[in-house]
Amino acid sequence: MKHVFKRPKALIDVAFHFCPGCHHGIIHRLVAECIDKYGLMKETIGVASVGCSVFLYDYINVDVVEAPHGRAAAVATGVKRSRPGNFVFTYQGDGDLAAIGTAEIIHAANRGEHITVIFVNNTVFGMTGGQMAPTTMVGQETTTTPFGRDPDMNGFPIRMAELLGDLPGTTFVARTAVNNPKNLMRAKKLLRKAFEVQINNEGFGFIEFLSACPTNWKISPERAAKRVQEEMIPYFPLGVFKEGRE
Amino acid sequence: MSDMEFIKGNEAIAMGAIEAGCRFYFGYPITPQNDIPEYMARHLPEVGGTFIQAESEIASINMLLGAGATGARAMTSSSSPGISLKQEGISYMCGSQIPGVIVNMSRSGPGLGGISPSQGDYFQATRGGGHGDYRTIVLAPHSVQENYDLTMRAFDLADKYRNPVVLLGDALLGQMKEPLRKKKYKEKEFPKNWVMSGAKGRKPRLLKSLYLSEGELTEHNWMLYKKYQRMKREIRYEAQLLDDAFLVVVGFGSVARILKTSVQMAREKDMKVGLFRPITLFPFPYAALEKVSLAVRNFMAVELNTGQMVEDIKLAVGHKKNQVDFYGRPPGSIPSPDELFWEIKKVYKKRVG
Repeated sequence: MKHVFKRPKALIDVAFHFCPGCHHGIIHRLVAECIDKYGLMKETIGVASVGCSVFLYDYINVDVVEAPHGRAAAVATGVKRSRPGNFVFTYQGDGDLAAIGTAEIIHAANRGEHITVIFVNNTVFGMTGGQMAPTTMVGQETTTTPFGRDPDMNGFPIRMAELLGDLPGTTFVARTAVNNPKNLMRAKKLLRKAFEVQINNEGFGFIEFLSACPTNWKISPERAAKRVQEEMIPYFPLGVFKEGRE
Repeated sequence: MSDMEFIKGNEAIAMGAIEAGCRFYFGYPITPQNDIPEYMARHLPEVGGTFIQAESEIASINMLLGAGATGARAMTSSSSPGISLKQEGISYMCGSQIPGVIVNMSRSGPGLGGISPSQGDYFQATRGGGHGDYRTIVLAPHSVQENYDLTMRAFDLADKYRNPVVLLGDALLGQMKEPLRKKKYKEKEFPKNWVMSGAKGRKPRLLKSLYLSEGELTEHNWMLYKKYQRMKREIRYEAQLLDDAFLVVVGFGSVARILKTSVQMAREKDMKVGLFRPITLFPFPYAALEKVSLAVRNFMAVELNTGQMVEDIKLAVGHKKNQVDFYGRPPGSIPSPDELFWEIKKVYKKRVG
């Protein structure tokens, strides 16, 4: 009998700690599938960030070093420069990458570091209990924007993929989502490209996943997936923002 | 003397690092240590090494964390305000047991302060500096030769203990030129069964400092504490003229260098003055100084700050802590040997009574 669906080898056989309806588990699985697909399990060095994503090492069966909050791209730079033959990726949330780690991600991208960055944008600080993130939508209520995000007060949600796609140092930059099967299938393809640019020594690969956080959004998983479609995608359009070096 | 070269202090550090096998340098410009990154940028490529001018001190220390995690010999250098920015990364490196060498050619503070020599970073260097209960080995050179020698030693100690090592100098030690005798580095083997290299033929490895399970972090902290205790075997100090001393002057780094002349001047005036110079600031030579205090009655700490190491001296001499005098010179000017001689004389007279 042919297996049509099974756990990727790179995914450890344990239950995720993520809340119901959170997209981290799906994205973890996609990453593990990609590691399997390119036979990278023995070559990969992952860099874990701070936030809900920190437990990457409990799920992905590869060498992992934990970075301070926001510094994953700098840590990955040190790892990759020292071990150019290994596959090096970071996995970071929006608080980590787009707030405290803005300098590190922009400059790693601008140097064209040969790393793959997986960025999970759920418009909120998850682990700390639902505070405003740089990606929080205008009007979105969080624990630190109890009256909704007011651009006069808090500025606007930051579009990281567009920002990084504009840098001459990057090779592949895309935004995707996993809120429905169609987007999921497309996400798989884009993630592969973000892997391939590093595998082929072509430079910096970045992929942003729009993700749901039903717990901190205080809505059901079903409505959360719908919110990704109806509210996030219009502001954070899916697509490829950079392909190939300038 | 043909094998001696006339070398600037900062460059001696860079040379010692490359000789010791350092192949990765990450840094950000700040006076008065720019000769180190400049030397590295020019000379690391010659040995197949990598130099990155990072976007910040924070990025530099995290690149060091990344390279260190792979088991590579790597270094960053900076000066006081930049070292403050690195503290987060140093704490993580200690927590995850990742080696690396951090050079602080300190300048003066607080804040932007100035670029003159200072020893105001003593507490920061010896008490950990960042958050959490951790220590780094701290080496304090007092000459260009020691800049070179102790940098080489720093790499060995970092690997031996899987811990960051801080080389604490200052603007004076970085900027002055002295004869240097280069030495061949003796290759040493250290276990590498923890490094990030891809899980080929083995189980995946994890380098982390997050411990959330009941009791796990307690155990982790005690384990680190025991390691810091083991570091005591690395204690180094220099002692001069202690045998008949009535007063022992204690200083480290650049000020110890000046004190050597001042103590000599005192001896010429028949004053029984000795010198004690800690070379490792952490671990501090408490036991050695305590032993000195069994025979010597009076102590005097001299520092380029308003009084930091003097606290360790008082801890070391215990029951004689009221016999410890202090002369401090906060940053802005460097005391001459004459000035320090006069300060020593004042204390000496007071203690003779």
